[in-house]
Amino acid sequence: MVRRSLALAIYFFLLLLPIYWLVNMALKTNEDILGAFTYWPHHPTLANFLTVLTEPGWYGSIINSIEYAVLNTVLSVLVALPAAYAFSRYNFLGDKHMFFWLLTNRMAPPAVFLLPFFELYQTINLFDTPWAVALSHMLFNVPLAVWILEGFMSGVPREIDEMAAIDGYSLPKFFVKVFVPLIRSGIGVTAFFCFMFSWVELLLARTLTSVNAKPIAATMTRTVSAAGIDWGVLAAAGVVTLVPGVLVIYFVRNYIAKGFALGRV
Amino acid sequence: MARIDLVSLSHSYAATPVKREDYALHELTMTWEDGGAYALLGPSGCGKTTLLNIISGLLRPTTGRVLFNGQDVTLLHPQQRNIAQVFQFPVIYDTMTVADNLAFPLRNRGWGASETRKRVEEIAEILELTGDLKNRASGLSADAKQKISMGRGLVRPDVAAVLFDEPLTTIDQHLKWTLRRKLKQIHAQLKLSLIYVTHDQVEAMTFADQVVVMYGGEVVQLGTPQALFEQPAHTFVGFFVGSPGMNLMPCTVEGGNAVVGSVRIPLDPALAQRAGGTGARLTLGIRPEFVELTRPGTPSSVPSPIERVEDLGNYKIVSARLGDQLVMAKVSEDEQVSAGTAHLRFPPEWTRLYADDRALT
Amino acid sequence: MQKIQDNRAWFLVLPVFVTVAFSAIIPLMTVVNYSVQDILGPDNRVFVGTEFFAGVLTDPDLHDALVRQIMFSAIILAIEIPLGIAVARALPVKGWRASLSLVVLALPLLIPWNVVGTIWQIFGRGDIGLAGYVVNALGIDYNYTADPLAAWVTVIVMDVWHWTPLVALLAYAGLRAIPDAYYQAAQIDGASAWAVFRYIQLPKLRGVLLIALLLRFMDSFMIYTEPFVLTGGGPGNSTTFLSQYLATLAVGQFDLGPAAAFSIVYFLIVLLFCFVFYTALQNVGRSRPAS
Repeated sequence: MVRRSLALAIYFFLLLLPIYWLVNMALKTNEDILGAFTYWPHHPTLANFLTVLTEPGWYGSIINSIEYAVLNTVLSVLVALPAAYAFSRYNFLGDKHMFFWLLTNRMAPPAVFLLPFFELYQTINLFDTPWAVALSHMLFNVPLAVWILEGFMSGVPREIDEMAAIDGYSLPKFFVKVFVPLIRSGIGVTAFFCFMFSWVELLLARTLTSVNAKPIAATMTRTVSAAGIDWGVLAAAGVVTLVPGVLVIYFVRNYIAKGFALGRV
Repeated sequence: MARIDLVSLSHSYAATPVKREDYALHELTMTWEDGGAYALLGPSGCGKTTLLNIISGLLRPTTGRVLFNGQDVTLLHPQQRNIAQVFQFPVIYDTMTVADNLAFPLRNRGWGASETRKRVEEIAEILELTGDLKNRASGLSADAKQKISMGRGLVRPDVAAVLFDEPLTTIDQHLKWTLRRKLKQIHAQLKLSLIYVTHDQVEAMTFADQVVVMYGGEVVQLGTPQALFEQPAHTFVGFFVGSPGMNLMPCTVEGGNAVVGSVRIPLDPALAQRAGGTGARLTLGIRPEFVELTRPGTPSSVPSPIERVEDLGNYKIVSARLGDQLVMAKVSEDEQVSAGTAHLRFPPEWTRLYADDRALT
Repeated sequence: MQKIQDNRAWFLVLPVFVTVAFSAIIPLMTVVNYSVQDILGPDNRVFVGTEFFAGVLTDPDLHDALVRQIMFSAIILAIEIPLGIAVARALPVKGWRASLSLVVLALPLLIPWNVVGTIWQIFGRGDIGLAGYVVNALGIDYNYTADPLAAWVTVIVMDVWHWTPLVALLAYAGLRAIPDAYYQAAQIDGASAWAVFRYIQLPKLRGVLLIALLLRFMDSFMIYTEPFVLTGGGPGNSTTFLSQYLATLAVGQFDLGPAAAFSIVYFLIVLLFCFVFYTALQNVGRSRPAS
């Protein structure tokens, strides 16, 4: 047992090390970085963070990323809720095939869609807007959302639906007033995964935007200037992108632990 | 085979128990005889699984000691105590064959291959699993799987006791009877100590020689099924055992009679005298089986309007009103029950009195 | 749960169907379109049938990228699955320790993929990175921008660091689902810790592990951002995997035909594996929707 805890501690140490190094970089000035090698910042500075959070190029792209990630999450969950309910409660023509087809989209290589998406969103005039990224991410997030939500919904007994019908609730009213509150934690978990996937994805986000809706990832990959890579600012930007993730996981930590206790994968 | 003594045992799941409510098991001292077949009967939450797990060693008690044949095993692990436990659902090793499942405990103890095989075949024969020995355990039905679980317990020749935690919960109704019969057979054949936890009184009464009834973390009675039926030591035993359970009515005692509302019911004089002495809350108890329907005018009969007569095949249940209490009488099928008023008689030899729920003797 | 047969449920599924169809089918049609036509000019298209496909399937660069991709996926699976299981077994079962462990464990999964690449880009450099500096200080010549082996090692370590937590989280969920009675029975039977793992935990984890295997295989097969940021596919093209190869073909080129053809082939390979895994998953008894 003790050996296991030690091994786990070592694993966590190795896991946190590169993150520590990033934070370390972010707190150093460029001179510090390119000078002698040090294990921690000898003259810590917040200048890099200041740049990232105030310069419009950086700051704007952070907002862009949040914009499409939130947009995508909201849309994916909204669209997935009725579908998951259908899969959970009903048999219908082609339901199993439909479900499989949905899963295959989650498995689709984004690279395959680069070309057509590029053209598609150009054609419908959504190129370089958060909508383009949000909609394209739905291709992957909606199947995931349906899968997770269906799992949680199947845990709610049909008797609840039937009782509500007897009490005179219409389907939409029942759904909003009775059902959704019961699967609150499921919606939370789904929203978490949708947000995270949209937040971390680069390829499509960069391809479908150029100037106006540029995501933080794109700004980071273009930080090479004539003077070389601005490591400090780059690292600071990296640290800033960690924040939404840490925040979200802090808020859902209880759901995660509880969700695992229920044995729901 | 072991005699199990529990000495001043109590248990709380709280880290620092303070109040009585913190305890799942209140202080108890009792003995389970070697080779006995015991049922541990009680409703959900009464502490029976807690008690079972303390005996098996899966749980360490907050206070008290557990002795096997006089030896203190309180701090020993289950495998060191040499007990076997069968759970509510079949617990088998899916990837192994039935034979390997049964052989597993023996192999873990370093038994040789030939002695293992011999013992496995022996036990498989008793459990009627011989045909399935070479099959994968996971493919069998639920009752076969439970038999395998039992078999893993029985396969060790020196097993101290076999403990069952509601083992027939997942078994189909028509197979429960077969398995119960098999258990009795095993008990007779191998002379093992068996402790069988259940909330089903029929199961308890048909399986066990002695029944331990638990309620609210306490053992309220230890006795034969007959004793539980005729001399319930606690109102809960009266209520829980029997179908329907005992009639229980709050009462007071005045001059040789129990007074329920405005009705006087004669009591055994010694009983009445003892009841007069206590200042406790009194309850009258009599089983429906002993309530008599007599003709009007019979001495000490009580007229009670009949509310309902249920015909259940080979017997009838007559529910009659006594003041604000409903009394049930269980009568044979042929008995004529006229509508209107029944004249109930309560034979003093079967009328029991309880002070603060405990029997006055 | 008993489900009702009712085709009107399609209305509930319609929004999903429309969205995904819009995102999937229409673009796919476009890709198929491009794959069988040579576009010589805005109005000049020639149907060339399977010419591009033939070209793609015989392209030596594609073969190289495919081989590298398969090697990469195989290696990371061989490391991440056992490591993930081991981590899951070591994690605390309940209490604040469990919550904290899960939060720390999930951190790498929440990092934008390009930042993952950036982190390791910095971390692995000999001049400014902790790992690079320390390894070189130990006497090992380590430079991932110049040495293909070093580049491979770095890419693999990065992926293991990044994705093992996913396997660990899935395995952890699977372990929590095992009822206590199994461990109690094993204790009573005198089973060793290894026996508990082999006869109880591993069999019960089958479903979860298959999901982890499926997800990791698919995602590693499609990997793009992290290696692209870390090595750019180099040195040379030693770490150029399939997605990157496709991306360079597809974007910013006029020759859309081969790119489109390759896209289709790529997609079909992924679909094939997906189908195989999904069928295996059904047979393990975790079919959804349940019938």
